[in-house]
Amino acid sequence: MRTTPFYERTSALNQTGLWDHWSGYLSAKQYHLSEKLEYFAVRTAAGVYDTSPLYKYRIHGRDAEAFLSGVLANDVRKCRPGRAQYTIWCDDDGYVIEDGMLFRSSETEFMLTAAEPNAAYFQDLVGRGSVQVDDVSEQVASLAVQGPRSKAILSSVAPDIAELRPFFITETKFDGSPITVSRTGYTGDLGYELWIDSDDALRVWDSLFEAGEGNGIMPFGETALIMTRIEAGLLLIGADFGSSRYAWTDGERSTPIELGLGWMFRDIDKDQRHFIGRDAIQREFAGGARWHLVGLTLDWQEWDDAYKRVGHVPPKDHTPLAEEIPLYDKEGERVGFATSSMYSPMVQSHIAIAQVIPELSSVGSEVDFEVTIDHEIKYIKAAVTKMPFYDPPHRRA
Amino acid sequence: MTESRTYDAIVIGGGHNGLINGAYLAKAGLRTLILEQRNIVGGAAITEELFPGFQFTTFSYALSHIRPEIVKELDLVKYGFMPLLMESTFAPMDNGDYLLLGQDEQQNIVEIRRHSKHDADAYEQFSHDVAMVVQAIRPLLDSIPPDITSNDPEELMRMAALGQHVRSLPPRVVHNGMRLLTGSASDFLDDYFESEILKALIASSGTIGAKVGPKSQGSGLVLLYMAVGEHDGDQGAWSFHKGGNGGFTQVLARAAEGLGVEIATDSPVSNVITANGKATGVALADGTELEADIVVSSLDPRRTFLELVEPRELPTDLVDAIERMRFQGISAKVNFALDGLPTYPSLAERGEGPFRGFINIAPTVDYLERAFDDAKYGWFSQHPYLDSCVQSTIDRDMAPPGKHVMSNFVQYAPYELKGSDWDTERENLGDTVQATLEKFFPGFGDLVLHREVVTPLDIERVTGLTEGNIYAGEFLAPQMFFFRPAPGWNQYRTPISGYYQCGSGTHPGGCVMGGPGRLAATQIIGDLEALR
Repeated sequence: MRTTPFYERTSALNQTGLWDHWSGYLSAKQYHLSEKLEYFAVRTAAGVYDTSPLYKYRIHGRDAEAFLSGVLANDVRKCRPGRAQYTIWCDDDGYVIEDGMLFRSSETEFMLTAAEPNAAYFQDLVGRGSVQVDDVSEQVASLAVQGPRSKAILSSVAPDIAELRPFFITETKFDGSPITVSRTGYTGDLGYELWIDSDDALRVWDSLFEAGEGNGIMPFGETALIMTRIEAGLLLIGADFGSSRYAWTDGERSTPIELGLGWMFRDIDKDQRHFIGRDAIQREFAGGARWHLVGLTLDWQEWDDAYKRVGHVPPKDHTPLAEEIPLYDKEGERVGFATSSMYSPMVQSHIAIAQVIPELSSVGSEVDFEVTIDHEIKYIKAAVTKMPFYDPPHRRA
Repeated sequence: MTESRTYDAIVIGGGHNGLINGAYLAKAGLRTLILEQRNIVGGAAITEELFPGFQFTTFSYALSHIRPEIVKELDLVKYGFMPLLMESTFAPMDNGDYLLLGQDEQQNIVEIRRHSKHDADAYEQFSHDVAMVVQAIRPLLDSIPPDITSNDPEELMRMAALGQHVRSLPPRVVHNGMRLLTGSASDFLDDYFESEILKALIASSGTIGAKVGPKSQGSGLVLLYMAVGEHDGDQGAWSFHKGGNGGFTQVLARAAEGLGVEIATDSPVSNVITANGKATGVALADGTELEADIVVSSLDPRRTFLELVEPRELPTDLVDAIERMRFQGISAKVNFALDGLPTYPSLAERGEGPFRGFINIAPTVDYLERAFDDAKYGWFSQHPYLDSCVQSTIDRDMAPPGKHVMSNFVQYAPYELKGSDWDTERENLGDTVQATLEKFFPGFGDLVLHREVVTPLDIERVTGLTEGNIYAGEFLAPQMFFFRPAPGWNQYRTPISGYYQCGSGTHPGGCVMGGPGRLAATQIIGDLEALR
């Protein structure tokens, strides 16, 4: 396994020796003996996550915008220079291949992140236009700095960061190192991502942690990241959906509407943009989707009673559950599936990201969530809840 | 206050139980007023900026017991309920070594084995045994205890149900429960452990707020009581609420107001107004009279029965029982504003690591017992037991960046000093505590920017808790459950119709638990429904 440009620091800080493999890199599962400590650092102070293993594609050239507006499903023309945009790319049948963040630094210069390799996919689509797709994954190191104190810490080093609004980017000097900062993140909290020349990685890390000293800054690992992203209602490939490129059946695939991303196509009837999957998505708007993405909040009383009745202490485990949980209606018909679930310390409830049939997708609708207690299947009532589950006012400050 | 002075219910005292009780009453549709004597609500659960930029949890300093039902039923998350993790428990030793327990069970085993190979699985067994007892008594904490003086068929049924519950438990659980309820923490721990530091750490919790040493019978009960809470389902774990326990009571106040409760601060109450054996309202210290059919006292039993109403209106047995009820506050607080983090030499490399939870200064069971000896003879401990936490490592908003606040719960500090008084001895206690900290954390004194000493007398003066007892009545077997605060009066009612009690002096008792406030509301609402 490879190591990221921050490894010299992250390895020294990882007290647990627990590493995951992410895109061929070592990625800390947690640094501290308590992953919950890291979670609370993100929610109350500042946490730093090494996102360097993300694939990063530099897409540039005179026709870059035209190219991306044909390839990406969100309207890239709305992502003006200096902005960032959450986007997806779909196949011809309107199924989602992947999602990522697009950063536009000029009329002709973009960077796109992806969790999985996509170079061949994009390069094959370039055609005759003046566009180049370069894989810059190794050249760009990246850090997510997330939490209510992130703004104060970062702007103490680079004051212009204080003015950065959500989904904006800026190029700045961070203690001498040129970096790009975006006000983006995967935690649902106030937060930023730093895009750094790999050679400057350690210098930026050191300046960041020096600035954060006394403000509770600490690195956080995958477990805390997943906890925060579930509370934020943000999707994870491999958990909430799978890439349509490698799916065997349409049952495995998801459409943007099924994933709650229909908002990307608000103006689809007005705009003439031709992007991959457009026709299928438009048809789906007319014909209805199989599923709708929803948040679920489990009924605390039913949860507690189900465990207490058989003599258990009701578990409240914040560790996100990786497996899919089937959902049923009152008649016992299967009506959906939960893809990410956990006990949320912020919400003080068991929550889940799920997909349910459209008839049960309005807030307040109820489904039954399956749990196994002493090897026996039990059903716990869950109510459809608006996401994000946790949305602190300081996120928009 | 609004112009209309008539309410359905008036709650006296804006501590956590008063706020919770008022919130439940309002939720049931009663027009409710909460009266608080001070300029802030919270009672003994407050956070104050006693030194610029530093937030002090003046009295109560951590959260565990709050009933999860209350969080849900009053929708507290919506109003900012946020219990933060207290990650570790750090017990320094006289020889510079330590016991440091955290969230990782495997690391805890490694750490305990460093002190005793025997104690690693003994610790697991101990934790499981205590958790089983806790699980058995939980339903009792969340329900109104039977009245053993009553022949009412309903009460007899409740007694029978209680017997049934005990009968349904495994014998080991019942036996462990009895050993804890009647025995000493030290004896109980001796059955499990050989490591002195582990025993001392756990035994410490058996002395919190009680005039008992770890070797006194009765410390087992306190140990058990300290274990009945949780943090996010983790039994016996503690949290630090965002903004301290004052942050928590502010959440309660917002939730209560959200339900329509009116809260009046700076409104000390003189007495409850009664007519023909019935409560009709409340008279404030300034002479204002407010009318209500329901009056609820969240104050301690001494004040509820002997000060807010005339004892002559009450049955003699009750007055006797309340006069006999023991308070004898035994705890103090010494809070510091610090210029930096203390240093424990053998853990200096670990930075904040050991300071993100509790620090338990009581290296041996004998140390604790000797600290108690001083109190037995009327003086504060010369080598006190400290339950400390540097709360700014958990909630950064408690102190400016790089600075810290440190809360130190101190025992023993008896309310009655032999041959002196607390106004004379206050700073001597502060010096004793600071010297103790200096011994374990060399250079501690240089970090001190500000010191706040809170003696039992100060607790009484500021919060109104009689003799500064933090539980509003000691945790002694004859003052619990059937007998809290007095036999026959353990169901939140009083002999005066419409006058109720909801403070920590009632079942299930003290700590920031809220059980009394909630259960009292259940009783009041039930009584009102029965009248309809």
